[in-house]
Amino acid sequence: MELMIRENSQDGQHLLYLEGEIDAYTVSKLRDLLLCLVNRPEVKRVAVDLSAVEYIDSTGIGTFVAAMKACKQTGCELAVQNLSPRVERLFRITGLYERMVPHKGESE
Amino acid sequence: MGQRPEADVITLTLPARAEYVSIARLTVSGIANRMGFPYEDIEDIKLAVAEACTNVVEHAYDCPQGNDQLRLSCWLLADRLVVEVRDKGKGLPLEDRQEAPAPIRPDVDIDEVKEGGLGLYLIHSVMDEVQVSSNDGVAVTMTKYLQRDEVSCDDRAISKA
Repeated sequence: MELMIRENSQDGQHLLYLEGEIDAYTVSKLRDLLLCLVNRPEVKRVAVDLSAVEYIDSTGIGTFVAAMKACKQTGCELAVQNLSPRVERLFRITGLYERMVPHKGESE
Repeated sequence: MGQRPEADVITLTLPARAEYVSIARLTVSGIANRMGFPYEDIEDIKLAVAEACTNVVEHAYDCPQGNDQLRLSCWLLADRLVVEVRDKGKGLPLEDRQEAPAPIRPDVDIDEVKEGGLGLYLIHSVMDEVQVSSNDGVAVTMTKYLQRDEVSCDDRAISKA
């Protein structure tokens, strides 16, 4: 039961690649990293790849809400990508999908 | 005596700490799989039980101590699984009782969105019946019905997480 996070960055664009499960126990790792990143002035965009996330619950969703609030202050752009059907379902049920998944045609 | 009980009952008592929520999740996953629920339903049951347990871990006890506990009870019936998550904490705050669980509205400013509070909404979204009672702690009782005609024994997927 673990969450692994890999990070790539180039020219203020950060990609976080998450693997494993996001729940009440593992979420603090994601929260600390994500909030730290979006609060750094040189970071312009953070994309979070969820393709290898097998499980996420409301603690993960709450962390993305917190990060989006921080982004509103700092102007950083935040998006999630490559959601599995199960993870996408949770983003849709909670209402976060429209806010966090870039529409087709928007900058990648 | 000698009669087959209406329901098999499985109970599990866990420390009310975040690292044990996955144990509750794995337990109901195994039970739901054994009962023949399809993959999607098993994932829904896991999510609902995890949300109920997370609520206990985060809200039930004012000064969390090492011996605070949550109790997971499962009733395995012919046509449904009933799961109860119960604590002995301080009970639901009044404002939480009055507030109907809801998703994040698309037209609301992100600053107005609460980071918590989605758990109960998710439970209501993915389970067939949900009951919350606050009396000597909080008990969340959740029911998922077996849709017999949708179950195929051959391609029943096992949920691993």
